[in-house]
Amino acid sequence: MPTFVYMTRCDGCGQCVDICPSDIMHIDKTLRRAYNIEPNMCWECYSCVKACPHHAIDVRGYADFAPLGSSVRVHRDEEKGTIAWRIKFRNGKKDMELLAPITTKPWGSCIPQLANEAAPADSMRDTELLYNEPKYVAMNDNALMTLESNGLEIKEGVYY
Amino acid sequence: MGYKTIIEDDIDILVAGAGLGGTGAAFEARYWGKDKKIVIAEKANIDRSGAVAQGLYAINCYMGTRFGENNPEDHVRYARIDLMGMVREDLAFDMARHVDSAVHQFEEWGLPIMRNTKTGAYLREGRWQIMIHGESYKPIVAEAAKNSADKVFNRVCVTHLLMDESKENRVAGAVGFNVRTGNYHVFKSKTVICGAGGASNIFKPRSVGEGAGRVWYAPWSSGSAYGLMIEAGAKMTQMENRIVLARFKDGYGPVGAYFLHLKTYTQNAYGDEYESKWFPELQERVGKEYLDPEASHATHRPIPTCLRNHAIISEVNAGRGPIHMVTMEAFQDPHLEEIGWHNFLGMTVGQAVLWAATDVDPKYENPELTTSEPYVMGSHATGCGAWCSGPEDVSPEEYFWGYNRMTTIEGLFGAGDAVGGTPHAFSSGSFTEGRLAAKAACKYIDDGKAEGISVTDAQISRRKEEIYKPMETYTVGRNEIVAGSVNPNYINPRQGLDRLQKLMDEYCGGFGVNYMTNDKLLNIGLKKMAILGEDLDKVAASDIHELLRAWELKHRFLTSESVFQHTMFRKETRWPGYYYRGDAMKLDDANWHVLTVSRRDPKTGEYTMEKAPLYHLVGDIEDKDLAKLKAEGHH
Repeated sequence: MPTFVYMTRCDGCGQCVDICPSDIMHIDKTLRRAYNIEPNMCWECYSCVKACPHHAIDVRGYADFAPLGSSVRVHRDEEKGTIAWRIKFRNGKKDMELLAPITTKPWGSCIPQLANEAAPADSMRDTELLYNEPKYVAMNDNALMTLESNGLEIKEGVYY
Repeated sequence: MGYKTIIEDDIDILVAGAGLGGTGAAFEARYWGKDKKIVIAEKANIDRSGAVAQGLYAINCYMGTRFGENNPEDHVRYARIDLMGMVREDLAFDMARHVDSAVHQFEEWGLPIMRNTKTGAYLREGRWQIMIHGESYKPIVAEAAKNSADKVFNRVCVTHLLMDESKENRVAGAVGFNVRTGNYHVFKSKTVICGAGGASNIFKPRSVGEGAGRVWYAPWSSGSAYGLMIEAGAKMTQMENRIVLARFKDGYGPVGAYFLHLKTYTQNAYGDEYESKWFPELQERVGKEYLDPEASHATHRPIPTCLRNHAIISEVNAGRGPIHMVTMEAFQDPHLEEIGWHNFLGMTVGQAVLWAATDVDPKYENPELTTSEPYVMGSHATGCGAWCSGPEDVSPEEYFWGYNRMTTIEGLFGAGDAVGGTPHAFSSGSFTEGRLAAKAACKYIDDGKAEGISVTDAQISRRKEEIYKPMETYTVGRNEIVAGSVNPNYINPRQGLDRLQKLMDEYCGGFGVNYMTNDKLLNIGLKKMAILGEDLDKVAASDIHELLRAWELKHRFLTSESVFQHTMFRKETRWPGYYYRGDAMKLDDANWHVLTVSRRDPKTGEYTMEKAPLYHLVGDIEDKDLAKLKAEGHH
């Protein structure tokens, strides 16, 4: 497949269609549910699996080299800021649960709105500085590094 | 055809493709252009688009000057030796001196960056890499871009740049189509920042069934950065410098954390160390300046990635494959074992799927490694891309024409894979390049360089006709046959892609020929490419989705043609382990210590090639290492 959609769980909401980076999750016009229209352009990136509100999408490894019978499932939760994985081996000998943070802040709350920031001084436009610089480079008052500040010279040739 | 034409006018900055480079551009543009109209066009959804869509478990480019770790020139030295000398050092220095400010902002936005509990510094995986829980890296960064942009056009595939008709060689926007509605989109813009991606799937992949999707670089990386810019006549550099990756077999899961953090290592099928055996002969071919295991052992100087590939390829050809990653020692530590799995789940879930499916438990067996098919891109250990201006305070005359990261087309800027000669930018460096390009683009507009742009309706109509031609071809040709995909009038995008991949593999140094080519093979390949080009005028699309694939294929084709031309031009084997020129197996600094620069004439399709000088700003060995070596009696 690599991704596929369980018939009884999908309600055709289209979240997977909206998010798939490869444009391969489409809604079947007759069944009104999603499916992977082009498995050999699927990266198994799990974007659709994570986005599905009904956990209706799963992955079956690439038929060229992955045997049947194992499972890697995921639940991503923006409110809790976590992602939970469960990996089950084909032979049943390994069954792992792994949890990782996806953000340290309430989702989306700490992203700046640069339109509201004070405009840069005209003098700053002619420098090499970017927004929040030089402060954010080393989180101190040091100036942005230059060839001069670092005692460097740029010269042509095979060897320095 | 009943598709509407939707015109977005008066744009100041159009970001074409919003992965890490494009999001950086859109974000920063708002600061320097408070009143400017900033628009993003992206063929997928910017929340999960580009190479970082799936997430990352490390940020591979971070200096750590705040922790006293590295200076920008250290990064330049590292990138240069890894690329066998071929780096735009002005661009690399510039990216490196800014990159930390991007990373520190990511942390404020909520990206979880791991800390070393003893020192309080970010947890280092290697000298340049820091470890993150980056599953949501892209959605977090996309929020910042969305906050800055006036409009985001998701699902609009940009196919061509628009060119100004009042002034030669000046950009005027871009056109494309919506992959859902099919509508034709016209973006009239004073500047364009090309943030589109490099190319997977132009060389035949090792897996050609379903697994063709499990390429190392994302399958949606269709070489559009190059396709768009080459077609418009921008100069390109280092397009011969394709990259081959040594990765876990079939899943292409990352090895960086395994080597650097988990301290795993490789051995051949019989349990022997193999790498050093191949180095004496290799040193004769490339010279001691580029391969000096003794110096590398004594200092921070890395052995170039391509040369380590060469040892793997040679050992396998000698009959002692496969190469294994020795994980059984590290994985006895439950903490390291967990990191090993998290590493995959954070950035290459498919490798975890594969190990689960094949019962590979790295605690009890050492997994296989392989060398991948080649990829063409500009932000990992390779530097393909457009020939861009550097920053005013660093760049020599040959590298500077007014605006940082501007290509040789006025008003057209690049970021990430689009910029040539800047390897090892990775995610954070690509974002940084976007920021640099955005500031420069604002300045370009404020300096009055974008006045009087004119785009005629004729240009807009001509492009529209061209874009939908594959659907027209299908509609006209399909009724001649009963059913099926075999038609004498056209090929479909998949058939065209298969042909391109076979051709690239066999004539341009793919895995199927052990990465070997020569002038004769390249000549035959170029002839076949020309005919493939003719047939791509007859590529057919049965629906809008296939139209997307048709245009991705055309971008991949233009990229591939450029790779052929550059590979032919550089008559030496500069990167053994990436590819070999059988007719010139040695590295040749006397003639080829230069960057290769090409231009495809948009009117005739003819290529012109030139050499550009290399400028250096640091010595090979760091001062403290040099002192140490002298004290120990080397050199």
